[in-house]
Amino acid sequence: MAEHNGLDGKLMSIGEAVERFVADGSQICVGGFTINRNPMAAVYEIARRRIKDLHLVAHSNGQALDLLVGAGCVRRLDIAYGGNGRFAPTCIRFRKAVERGEVLVEDYTNNMMSLRFLAGALGVPFIPSKSGLGTDVVERSGFPPELRGEKGIPCEKVIVIDDPFGHADDEVVLLPALTPDVSIIHAQQVSTDGTVRIKGLTFADLEQCKASGAVIVTCEEIVPEDYLRLDPDQNALPPFLVDAVVVAPYGAHPTAVRYFYDYDPVHLNHYKAVAKDDEQWAAYLEEWVYGVESWDAYLDKIGGAQLAHIRANTVAGYAPGLDRR
Amino acid sequence: MSKPQKSAAGGAAAAAPGAAAAPVYTPREMMAIAAGRFIKDGDVLFAGTGVAMLAATVAKRIHAPQAHIFFETGGIGPRLEELPMAVADPRVMAFSNLNAGLVEAFSYVANRRLHTIAFLGAAQIDRFGNMNSTVIGDYLHPKVRFSGSGGACDAGSLASGFIVFMQHGVQKFVEKLDYLTTPGWLTGGDSRQHAGYRRGGPIAVVTNLCVLKFDEVTHEMYLAERYEGVTPEHIQENTGFPLDVSRATVAEPPDAEELRILRDEVDPQRLILG
Repeated sequence: MAEHNGLDGKLMSIGEAVERFVADGSQICVGGFTINRNPMAAVYEIARRRIKDLHLVAHSNGQALDLLVGAGCVRRLDIAYGGNGRFAPTCIRFRKAVERGEVLVEDYTNNMMSLRFLAGALGVPFIPSKSGLGTDVVERSGFPPELRGEKGIPCEKVIVIDDPFGHADDEVVLLPALTPDVSIIHAQQVSTDGTVRIKGLTFADLEQCKASGAVIVTCEEIVPEDYLRLDPDQNALPPFLVDAVVVAPYGAHPTAVRYFYDYDPVHLNHYKAVAKDDEQWAAYLEEWVYGVESWDAYLDKIGGAQLAHIRANTVAGYAPGLDRR
Repeated sequence: MSKPQKSAAGGAAAAAPGAAAAPVYTPREMMAIAAGRFIKDGDVLFAGTGVAMLAATVAKRIHAPQAHIFFETGGIGPRLEELPMAVADPRVMAFSNLNAGLVEAFSYVANRRLHTIAFLGAAQIDRFGNMNSTVIGDYLHPKVRFSGSGGACDAGSLASGFIVFMQHGVQKFVEKLDYLTTPGWLTGGDSRQHAGYRRGGPIAVVTNLCVLKFDEVTHEMYLAERYEGVTPEHIQENTGFPLDVSRATVAEPPDAEELRILRDEVDPQRLILG
């Protein structure tokens, strides 16, 4: 293993990274999608620190979203989707929080949220889309008028205009750009100079990181700089965009990381069962969030045999034949 | 709705005395096969979660091996050796044509050169194929909160057309949506075009009872095919708005080979078949 010289000042524990870049009221976005590559080590750390009043901006971040909402860390949400595949067609704690009025939700779509991150990345104040014309996604706003103009909240949810280039019958939806305070993603590899490699789908992770004021990357492993330079076509983010690098093996559990591990049906089913009941949910938070001092302690509770069951096959990238019921 | 389900499953045997024993199947299996039949070899398919994934997978195994399946997450053309149970399942990334992200995926949905057909589900649908997957009750104080659009509104807006999966029932086939998440034919006629859409709209709705399509002029939903053993009256009773049933034919039931592939190869753990 080469020296971590290029990571000087960036390599830190998850506690340091969250301490430095996530505060009460921050606007944050997390990487991944439903049951894949959610930065869960960071999410559990945020919950453990009882950080409050977050404005989470997300497309379809199922597990991270539900844990953060369920732990009471989130006050406002810009979101396209709160679901977790077959384990939770609607994320359970998210659903309860919305029905109880505990979080404010502004509904967008996956395309809209991706474009809003892209606009933020490109430094343009808004971006047009052809999604949602004539729908309530465009017509209805979930944020009350008095919030308009606050930090991180645009003066309008969207604005519909005629195509300014004058094509007949061609309205467009203008979407406000997003520039979150911090983006947190989980990647397979970071090199000793801070280059990030993501294997498999990148979702909107790259747009999110480029739009944000700070970037935390948690990763399965650190690899030599020369190794990622051998095949730069496969790399996702350059070192100069990354503010914090955290080594967190199994750091996306119970969501999947291609070539490293599958999603964990045992824990996701357990989560689904306890999330339905307020008392059992409170007990889950005590047991799995507040009652464990570190990500290592969390993994100890999951257990070595279960982590072995979900270990990815080298060729397929997931765990073939895994009992997913 | 256990009664029609049983009659649909057992109907073939009763209707064909003397023939070889017709296969028994569940409504969900019929849905997957019926929807899969809309897929043509060479089509470009945008698949959501659930039965959509099943229909796409089974069609690719049976009659459309050259269909191209892609997911909004950016998984483009995976071989699908195991059934994914979410669009972000690592199984949509294995042996694919390429792995990308959301912005790229939506550029295939919207691409003017491609004939993309999307498969979608929802909590409510109206007679023009508009759909709700956001809330039941008042939007600001919802009685029930659902997942939200995800990519459904985008596929409904941008794709060349879409096919819907629904469980039939008056709570789901409603006169008025509580929230319009995904645009169908809007208020019918040419209202979709006037709203600014260049193409698209719902093609068919596949339920546990029947297949519904949309009139070419009014764009109102009508009963196109009922599954064997299911009466038009039963379908109307489970639909919260008046339905034209005069054009209905009886859907071809799945054959033994279709069922074998669906059960043994596509979803052996019955993750989606239940």
